[in-house]
Amino acid sequence: MSVLIFAELDEGKLKKSSQEAIFYGSKVAGMLGTSATAVVIGAADQNELATAGRFGATKVLHAADAKLNEVNGMAYASVVAAAAQQEGAKVVVLAKSSLGDAMAARLAGKLKAGLAPNVIDLPDLSNGFRVKTSIYTGKAFAYNELKADVKILAIKKNTIAPEETDATASVEAFTPTVADSDFVLKVTNTEKATGDILLPEADLVVSAGRGLKGPENWGIVEDLAKALHAATACSKPVSDLDWRPHHEHVGQTGIKVSPNLYIAAGISGAIQHLAGVNSSKVIVVINKDPDAPFFKSADYGIVGDVFEVLPKLTKAVQALN
Amino acid sequence: MKILVCVTSVPDTTTKITFTDNNTKFNKAGVQFITGPYDDYALARAVELKEKLGASVTVFNVGEADAEPVIRKCLAIGADDAIRVNAEPIDAYFVAEQIAAVAKETPYDLILMGRESIDYNGGQVHGIVGELLGIPSISPVMKLDIDGTTAKMTREIEGGKEDIEAQLPLVLGCQEPIAEWKIPNMRGIMTARTKPLKIVQPAGQDSLTTVASYELPAPRGSVKMIPADEAETLITLLRTEAKVI
Ligand SMILES: Cc1cc2nc3c(=O)[nH]c(=O)nc-3n(C[C@H](O)[C@H](O)[C@H](O)COP(=O)(O)OP(=O)(O)OC[C@H]3O[C@@H](n4cnc5c(N)ncnc54)[C@H](O)[C@@H]3O)c2cc1C
Ligand SMILES: Nc1ncnc2c1ncn2[C@@H]1O[C@H](COP(=O)(O)O)[C@@H](O)[C@H]1O
Repeated sequence: MSVLIFAELDEGKLKKSSQEAIFYGSKVAGMLGTSATAVVIGAADQNELATAGRFGATKVLHAADAKLNEVNGMAYASVVAAAAQQEGAKVVVLAKSSLGDAMAARLAGKLKAGLAPNVIDLPDLSNGFRVKTSIYTGKAFAYNELKADVKILAIKKNTIAPEETDATASVEAFTPTVADSDFVLKVTNTEKATGDILLPEADLVVSAGRGLKGPENWGIVEDLAKALHAATACSKPVSDLDWRPHHEHVGQTGIKVSPNLYIAAGISGAIQHLAGVNSSKVIVVINKDPDAPFFKSADYGIVGDVFEVLPKLTKAVQALN
Repeated sequence: MKILVCVTSVPDTTTKITFTDNNTKFNKAGVQFITGPYDDYALARAVELKEKLGASVTVFNVGEADAEPVIRKCLAIGADDAIRVNAEPIDAYFVAEQIAAVAKETPYDLILMGRESIDYNGGQVHGIVGELLGIPSISPVMKLDIDGTTAKMTREIEGGKEDIEAQLPLVLGCQEPIAEWKIPNMRGIMTARTKPLKIVQPAGQDSLTTVASYELPAPRGSVKMIPADEAETLITLLRTEAKVI
């Protein structure tokens, strides 16, 4: 028996959210008196894979079949299910992401597992197996009792801060058979922003709303984001108006983020917007209207014109660096 | 073509969430229930496909009798009939089992859902249904066209999107801009009253998870205001006080 963690790669490197998942999994393994094994799928360098040890995994199963190089939720779920079987894993941990969510569901179907989406804390094992999850788009929490033999935990970003050691994990090739029926989707075109910091992974986010007046003004948002090494985000009307791409829109009907810092410029703070950002550690609001509802949910606020305030902040960050 | 659209009845997005019975029950008092916003996109696209290709659209819900206003509204928007599994939707697996049971009896070419429900936000039901039926599940789908037995879709991925082709049958989790939300018209509302709504008992009783209790988030501390002409002190505070940069 061991705790199994699916660790996702981005351009051959373990994603930061997956490092968190590995660390989380190793903590759960500790609570259960067992070890943590990570499964990694796709091309990656052996040294990179061994770094899973720094976050607490003792072993890495590496599925490197060329067929798996293209990200494929169904095939990846089959690989992880096979790994869970081989390792006799009763707990499977993965980081929430578009891939992680798709895999968690297919896995739950395969393993008839109890699934906790949006996990935000370590489990409580004193009375069964309980985990705290975020529900109603961050407006409340639930303590879920997982009753099935196999448990799947999809953890939100910032659930746990990994402590690194200098341990390395042993790496084993893993070659399960994956059915052809997992390869029936034909991806005919992919458009992906390169070089940008992925919003769901970002520690710092600079977000802007209709107060920016038009897409031509986004330069001042991007400048601050760049100075901070932050990702950019926006409110729903901004993506509806095509000022920004849809994948940047946060809120109830968009991406849910939980960064360390969320800066909102020219966003009024509608409840549907707050729903996507309310689990951020620190929220900064910049709005020219002192009565903007967002100030009620902020940690720091500036009443002012974004066109003056944002460049000032950018300068201050540059001065600091 | 036969389309099944799975819808949730959820608290309006502006609802302030509270609990009763020592934080073990959601407090429904005074709460306005709506169709899950993502489910609404799924339904809107289903109705468009029906108009274009002549499909039949069945609305499906696992829920108690208080979900019926939402189901009737879906019928008013253009679905042909509805099935309600009379049970509390305990968890995603349970809901998925109900959908799979119905789909095994009557094969559907497309099972459309929302990308996620806005109560539990799992985004899980479509994947489990896909697995239980042995067919692909794709989410979040922003564009869907049907060409014979091929579906052509655009799916959002982190930092972008991809175009996908696949053969029916499929399970899809939908999101904007797949279609514009539809508002029922008077004629729709009238005809919805007589459209068939079948109530069935749940198949299987697998509940793999239960909620022991709920909790509300602690309120944020009060906001610290910084004068606009001293905006740069914010950056200092973020480093020295909040320690986030
Ligand atoms: C079912 C449903 C789901 C929704 N989901 C989402 C969602 O996921 N995400 C989301 O964001 N919204 C969502 N919305 C929309 C939401 O209700 C708000 O309409 C939206 O968030 C408002 O966006 P905004 O703050 O950018 O624009 P506005 O509300 O127009 O606010 C603009 C703000 O900018 C300020 N401003 C203007 N000029 C300046 C300036 N020069 N300097 C400083 N400040 C300035 C104004 O004072 C104002 O507060 C949803 C709505 C519904 C009904
Ligand atoms: N009780 C339910 N009845 C019918 N469909 C549901 C139910 N719960 C979830 N779904 C469908 O599954 C989608 C994803 O839900 P979830 O996995 O809960 O986020 C929703 O958008 C609905 O389309």
